[in-house]
Order: sequence, then structure tokens, then C-alpha cells
Amino acid sequence: MSVSQLVTSVRLEHMVKTFGDVRAVDDVSLEIHDGEFLSLLGPSGCGKTTTLRMLGGFEEPTSGTIYFGDVNVTDLPPYRRDVNTVFQSYALFPHLSVADNIAFGLRRKGISKAAARLRVDEMLSLVDLEGRGDRKPNQLSGGQQQRVALARALVNQPKLLLLDEPMSALDAKLRKTMQLELKRIQSQVGITFLYVTHDQEEAMTMSDRIVVMNRGRIEGLGSPRDVYEQPTTEFVATFLGASNLLAGTLEPGSGDIAITTHAYGTFRSPAERTPQGLTGAVKVGVRPEKIQIQPQGATVNSADNSLTGRVLVSTFTGVGNQYVVAAPHGEEFVVYAQNSGQTYVPRSGEEVLLTWPVEHTFVVQASGDPSPEGEPS
Amino acid sequence: MSRRSSQRRGISRLAPYLLGLPAFVWLGFFFLVPLGLMLVKTLQECNPATGACVMTWHWASLSDAWANSSTIIFRSLTYALIATLIDLVLSFPIAYWIAFYAGRRKNFFLIMLLVPFFVSFVIRTVIWKFLLSSDGLVVHTLQALHLVSADYQILGTTGAVIAGLAYNFLPFTALPLYVSLERLNPALLEASQDLYAGRITTFRKVVLPLCAPGIFAAFLLTFIPAFGDYINQQVLGGFANTMVGTVIQNLFLVNNDFSAGSALSVIVMGISLVGIVIYGRLLGSKSIGDFV
Repeated sequence: MSVSQLVTSVRLEHMVKTFGDVRAVDDVSLEIHDGEFLSLLGPSGCGKTTTLRMLGGFEEPTSGTIYFGDVNVTDLPPYRRDVNTVFQSYALFPHLSVADNIAFGLRRKGISKAAARLRVDEMLSLVDLEGRGDRKPNQLSGGQQQRVALARALVNQPKLLLLDEPMSALDAKLRKTMQLELKRIQSQVGITFLYVTHDQEEAMTMSDRIVVMNRGRIEGLGSPRDVYEQPTTEFVATFLGASNLLAGTLEPGSGDIAITTHAYGTFRSPAERTPQGLTGAVKVGVRPEKIQIQPQGATVNSADNSLTGRVLVSTFTGVGNQYVVAAPHGEEFVVYAQNSGQTYVPRSGEEVLLTWPVEHTFVVQASGDPSPEGEPS
Repeated sequence: MSRRSSQRRGISRLAPYLLGLPAFVWLGFFFLVPLGLMLVKTLQECNPATGACVMTWHWASLSDAWANSSTIIFRSLTYALIATLIDLVLSFPIAYWIAFYAGRRKNFFLIMLLVPFFVSFVIRTVIWKFLLSSDGLVVHTLQALHLVSADYQILGTTGAVIAGLAYNFLPFTALPLYVSLERLNPALLEASQDLYAGRITTFRKVVLPLCAPGIFAAFLLTFIPAFGDYINQQVLGGFANTMVGTVIQNLFLVNNDFSAGSALSVIVMGISLVGIVIYGRLLGSKSIGDFV
């Protein structure tokens, strides 16, 4: 865990990158704190990789400024930037041994062979590859190659380490192990990590903060818990985990915010969970695991929001039960109940009552475009 | 195991050889047999008047050929070497550009590179003769610009021969270079720059070592035919720059001295073989995977 001293190590100001008519990155401003593990999360084509490549110096921004500390590095080539990258394909030099790969950056910085050798050995033990220095990259497994790529970047002790979907070539099990491993290494070396991924679980597991990107813009920013519990936009609510959303209108008032939906009456949400500046058409939402499913006619606690519906699908997943419940006007709600000895397990076709606490209800601005590309809600 | 399936396995084991058979026969007949005949002719003594040859195990024809032509052989090696180096320097940027920057039009530019090959080798060279002749375009332009004197000549000089060789064999250099550059993962160039290597260091430490097999292949594919070539020298050169190919041609077709012609051919082939052996020793024993 990084201590939140909140020293800004890297700052992006109004970054824009266009390819032809496409605005791949559209006015992105971001402060990266010293020593944090920050993830850029979003579907493919959201601009996360382009942002990373501009930080690395591989892509020239159309406009905007990048500061490392107080230094403007926007126009510096990659080899003059205090940044190193773990590439998606690892990009290990096939003609060099593992040790020479790792020493590559040190040697370019003018460090002697002997001194580099010592640092390389340190790195090999950090990434658990002692004694493999003489191998060629193609003699290593995918997971080992990835660790070499990490060591090759980390050995230079950069101000910022960029990781471009480094796990995408690994199988699911190895990925889990590497996630924990990467987190361990990051807290050990204390270098700022910028991690690009489209895998929300990966981002949640490792990050101190997550930046959710969509269509070249930042849609959400905060700790994994904050971004999950308090989504700021409809896109964040549906891309990061699942959400049940109903269209409605914001009611003026004090205390809890009231949202009138078109068909289901009024729902309430805590004022502090409502993004600033919401107006007009909004969506009220709740996460599937926050909903309690009960037989129709059960009493509703006055502090809860509620809705009736009919179970369409009831699935047992081992750790719980998952239901798809149709509200009277056709909206489908996903409900997730933990398998912790609950007695009521409705079957499909059964009429049920859904209730959830006001404090777990959130409101987002309606995006106008109901399903963001890629992930369905 | 049934007999049927073991039979079938026998056939599938033979299949690669059966598929290779036409090529083996072709090579055997049209390559190995003439090669053998040439070696035999080297050791025979021939009557230039009748063309009849008798086997006399005349090993001296090899040493005679060397003694008569060593100067010309060294000259040919030098010309071929200079032309090959010119080609490497000229075609590396071309191949690099096509591999990394031509994008979707890669094939178009590759075909452009091969367009001269649609015209016969001899005709291309003869056209160069028109271009370079004393009342041709090149000399006239240079004279009009007052860059050269009125009696300046290009045709017949060593420079013209080497330029012709370089021109005619350029695609043989560019294509292997292109193939090895095209296989180079562009992320490796970014990784190198990411690790503080500037453009020149990246070229030296990443591009060159990874393209070494391609460079060597390009070298051999250009150098060996340039070494034995006689067209460029005959069309663009003169007596002062006679190359070994011309000598061999004359021995066979003018002097009817098959024995001496064969002997000189064997020497030229031996020299070329040395290059190929070096290639095999240096790079051939390693798998391509070590480089890619």
C-alpha cells in the first residue's frame, strides 16, 4: 500500500490525440501521485493505450502538455524520458541473453559492465529468476518472459513505469499469480506504476486508484471502492461491475435526493452519493449484490427502495444464486444473493419483491446512449 | 495394428520424398550432371580444332588457369565487392522504408523494385550503354552543366562496369534485406528507445544484429552473380577492366578450349563456395529463431 502523501509525480494537461478524424484521446487531464499504482481501465479503443504511448514518448500528442515533476517533457523522445515500459508483447531482444536484456538500459546510461551485472542479479532475484541470466528469451515461458520485461524496465528505477496490458498473453491462472506478484514488487520498489488494462477485476485487484476511460475521455477516477460504489457516469456504472439502472428525473429537495422514475414511482438516494451538477434526465441504480429478494407481499422497510417483478431466470452459481427479474414494464434487474444459508430461493416465473437500502442507491447522469460499446450491463 | 494402417503410415512417411522427387530429378539432370561434366573436362585435354577431348588427368589445367587469370580474378572480386557494398548501402534505406513506412502499399513498392526485371538483363544493360555513351543523356547533361570536360567519357571505364553491376543486382540485395527487416518486431525499436538508446544506437544494437542473416544472404546473393558476371563488363566496359566471366566465355566459345574454360570455372566456383561455407559456419548453424 502506498502512503498517500499525494506528491504529484506526473501531470497530464488537456491531452488530445487525433488519428485522422478520430479523437483517440479527447482532453485528458490527470495527476499521477508519487508511488501509486494507477490503472487506466476501459474498453478497446477508449484511448488508454494512446495515453500510455504519449507518456512513453512513442506517440506525439496533438495538443496538451506532460510534466514530470515540474519539467515539461512533451517534446522529449523516449530515450530522454525517465520512464520505462513493459510492452504488451514484452518486446524482449531475441538476440540478447536475459541478463543483457536487463542490462540494456543501464549500459546505455553509461554504467560499467561489472556494475550493471550486480544490478541485473538483484533484479533477477526480485522477479524470482535467479540463475536464468544466461538464457535467451525464447527459452523462457510466457510468465518468465513477462518478468524479464518487468526487470528490464525496473532496473532503471524510472520515475514512472508504464505497463501496457502485460498480462493479456498469460493464461487465467498465471494471471492471478502475476497480479499478486506485481503488486508485491510494486510495493517493494516504490516506483509509480501506470497500468493499462481492459480487465476490471485486474484493475480492482492491484490499483490504488483507477481511471475509467471511454471514448477518449476520463469518466471516473478514484479508489477501486469509490469508483465501484459511487459510479459517476452511466458508463462507469455498467463497465465496472454490473448495475441495474432505471431512467428517471431528479426532484428538487433537501436531505436525500429523490428521483422519480417514469413507471415505478420515486426512489431515494443519499445526497452525498450524488454527483454534483446533475440535472434533468438521470438514471437511478443499484448493484446486483445490494438487492434483497423476497416473496411478494413481504413488508418493506421505510429506509429501503423497492420494486416488484417476476423471476425470468434463476441460476445457482455455487457461491450464490443469480436471478434475472423482469419489472412490470420490462426492465430486467440482475440480483445476486450470496449462498450463506438463505432460505428463500425463488424459481423462474415466481413473483418477487426486490428491496435495497437507500444508502446503496446511486444516481448518474443519463448518457443518452443506453449501451456503451463492448460490455453490456 | 492392422496391416492396412501400417501400410498407410509407410506411404505417409515416404510422401515428402515423393513430393520432392521431381525437383530432385530436375536438379540431378540439369545441375549435377553438367557440374560433373565440367569437372571431368577440367582434367581432359581437348583439341580446339575438333573439340574432341581425351581424359589425361591433367591437373595442371587448374594451376595454369590460376596463373593465367589470377589478376583478372582479383579484379573481378574487387569489382563485385564494391558493387555489393554500394548495393547494401543503397538498398538498406529502401528496404527499411518499405518494411516500416510503406504501410498498405508495401506490395506496390516491392513490385516497383522488381519492375526492371521485367526487361531482359542484357537489354537493360544495353540501354545503360545508350545513357552513358559520349553523346548520351548523362554525359551531355554533365557537359551542359560544365561539370566535366568536352572529352569526358563514362562508357568503357571501370566505374561504368561497377555501376552497371550495382544497378543490375540491386534487387538481389534489397529483397533479402526487406524480408529480414519486415520480420523485425517494431516494438523492439520502441523498447530500445525506451531504454535510452538513441536512433543510431538502436540501429547498431538492435536492427543490425537482428538483420545479420538477411545482410549476409543479401551479400552472397549479390556478390556471387556479380563476381561471375560478364554482360556488364562486355557492354559497359573495355579491355582494361576485363572480368573473369568474359574470360571463361571466350575460352569456351571463342577459343574452343573447354579444358581451360572448365578449369577457370571450377576455380571461380571454389571461391564462391568459400563464401557460402563461411555463411554456413557463421550463421547457418544457428536457427533463424535465434535472430527473429
